[in-house]
Amino acid sequence: MVNITKNNVNITNFDLKYRQDFAIIAGWISFGSKVLDLGCGDGTLLQFLRSSLETKGYGVEKDDANWLACLKNGTNVIQMDLEAGLSGFENQSFDTVILSQTLQAMHNTEEIVQEMLRVGREIIVTFPNFGYWRNRMQITNGSMPVSKTLPYQWYDTPNVHLCTINDFDQFCKNHKITVIERKVITEGQEVSFMPNLLGNLAMYRLKAS
Amino acid sequence: MTKNNSAGAIKPNSVGLVASQTAYFDAPLLLKSGEILSQFHLVYETYGTLNADKSNAVIICHALSGNHHVAGKYTEIDKNAGWWDNLIGPNNRTESNNPLDTDKPLDTNKFFVIGLNNLGGCHGSSGPSSVDAATGKPFGANFPIVTVEDWVNSQARLLDYLGIKTLAAVIGGSLGGMQALQWTIAYPERVKHALVIASAPNLTAQNIAFNEVARQAIMTDPEFYAGDYYAHNTVPKRGLRIARMLGHITYLSDDAMGEKFGRKLKDTLKYGFDVEFEMESYLRYQGDKFAGEFDANTYLRMTRALDYYDPALEYGGDLSAALKNVKAQFLVLSFTSDWRFSPARSREIVKALLDTELTVSYAEVTAAHGHDAFLMPDAHYHAILRAYLQKIEI
Repeated sequence: MVNITKNNVNITNFDLKYRQDFAIIAGWISFGSKVLDLGCGDGTLLQFLRSSLETKGYGVEKDDANWLACLKNGTNVIQMDLEAGLSGFENQSFDTVILSQTLQAMHNTEEIVQEMLRVGREIIVTFPNFGYWRNRMQITNGSMPVSKTLPYQWYDTPNVHLCTINDFDQFCKNHKITVIERKVITEGQEVSFMPNLLGNLAMYRLKAS
Repeated sequence: MTKNNSAGAIKPNSVGLVASQTAYFDAPLLLKSGEILSQFHLVYETYGTLNADKSNAVIICHALSGNHHVAGKYTEIDKNAGWWDNLIGPNNRTESNNPLDTDKPLDTNKFFVIGLNNLGGCHGSSGPSSVDAATGKPFGANFPIVTVEDWVNSQARLLDYLGIKTLAAVIGGSLGGMQALQWTIAYPERVKHALVIASAPNLTAQNIAFNEVARQAIMTDPEFYAGDYYAHNTVPKRGLRIARMLGHITYLSDDAMGEKFGRKLKDTLKYGFDVEFEMESYLRYQGDKFAGEFDANTYLRMTRALDYYDPALEYGGDLSAALKNVKAQFLVLSFTSDWRFSPARSREIVKALLDTELTVSYAEVTAAHGHDAFLMPDAHYHAILRAYLQKIEI
């Protein structure tokens, strides 16, 4: 587990057992840096990064209720649809651009990753690993996977571009994206052995080559 | 723009009965055009109480046809409350199931709210219809062209007069939003928060075109007399009426019009040119009402102020450069069905604020009412305003 108790962090509001991904993300971001969180939800990650690393920056969120939650907790939030790209943001204007567990729901997958690389000096992409053995089991048994990480039925899911860790590695290679670091976790524990089979959540720290 | 009818008894969430005041200024005001107003006066209203630190003042900038009467009523029998009454009132947390009785977003128990009539207006501030002391006659066409920058400078004078150094917030919709933006540019040290709603960093060609049609309607009215109709004891009602009818079309969305009027007829088809469709009836009513109470010379100047505002112009079109000294925090809001001041225009402001690394939140409020939506008490819209204003520290 990443040590995030430096800088007098108040982490009482965050259950790190289930937010191990937050701790890993925090480990990839330097103190006081400028962060853009795409699909920031209710702003929990940005709040965490503000309190632990005194980051500044903005969230991007489409949903009204989430947007309002951000405003209430002091997160600067821009309401826009990521599918339209990031034309409101200048080249290389952020230290880190984050896309946390949203990639699989994007239609314009290639475009958003390219846009993130344009706007951020580094980017962090996390997604549920479709190659996780429990998903494979469900398919072997003849059904589309439904789990805590993939909680939707096939006919009612926002997830349109699910991929495995192998797929995403290939995607990075094809698009000349440098993988600075990759971590894979399952139930809050880091997985290093056979990550594409045993890992539930894939986390990538990337930059343009 | 539509006013909110709220006839009946004064509600506990209302600012109640209000009265306007007038501030007189004798120091000359240099206008952007180069002309000088040697003296002027501004009519204003206030709601709530200025605190000891004088840190809780909020100024409401009005749009094209607005004025200083933002909230409350002058008498208990007034049919209409101020033009943005649904925004402003004391938060007494009165228990009620009636949404009309709930607390309003801008709490007058916390804030000291100032509404004023802009220079060139026709509701009591110095304008074309007010009397020029030098001649004893209305200024008429001689009243200078005033700009958004001039308005903000004159509003700063009003703050000086009230002994207020810093605004907790400046709030404006449409043309009022341009003034809010201008406040942060011209007086970066005097504004903590700016709420820029349904606005734009300048007008599009299409918008200027609408304004020009409105002005042509007024100026080609035979009763206009080159702006000196006061001397002829008449007003260019026909022109003003058409200008307002055109305006109303652009303030509403096609959908909102369709829903409200559709192709509904007043009676049956008459095969003539009298009012047959409900839409025509509405437009004529709004046009007549406006032409009976608004000054044509003021309308010309308000539309011109809209046309001229372009803070990026002297920075080669670079709005970010125009904002380089701004310190305020921003809430920028647009409405999905607003095509007169579309969300894309608000996003231009947001982009410039992001480029300047300023604190900003931006929402595109889903609303059917077009540009007029900024005056409507939509639940989500008001929840946003309430949340933002509650967080402002005074």
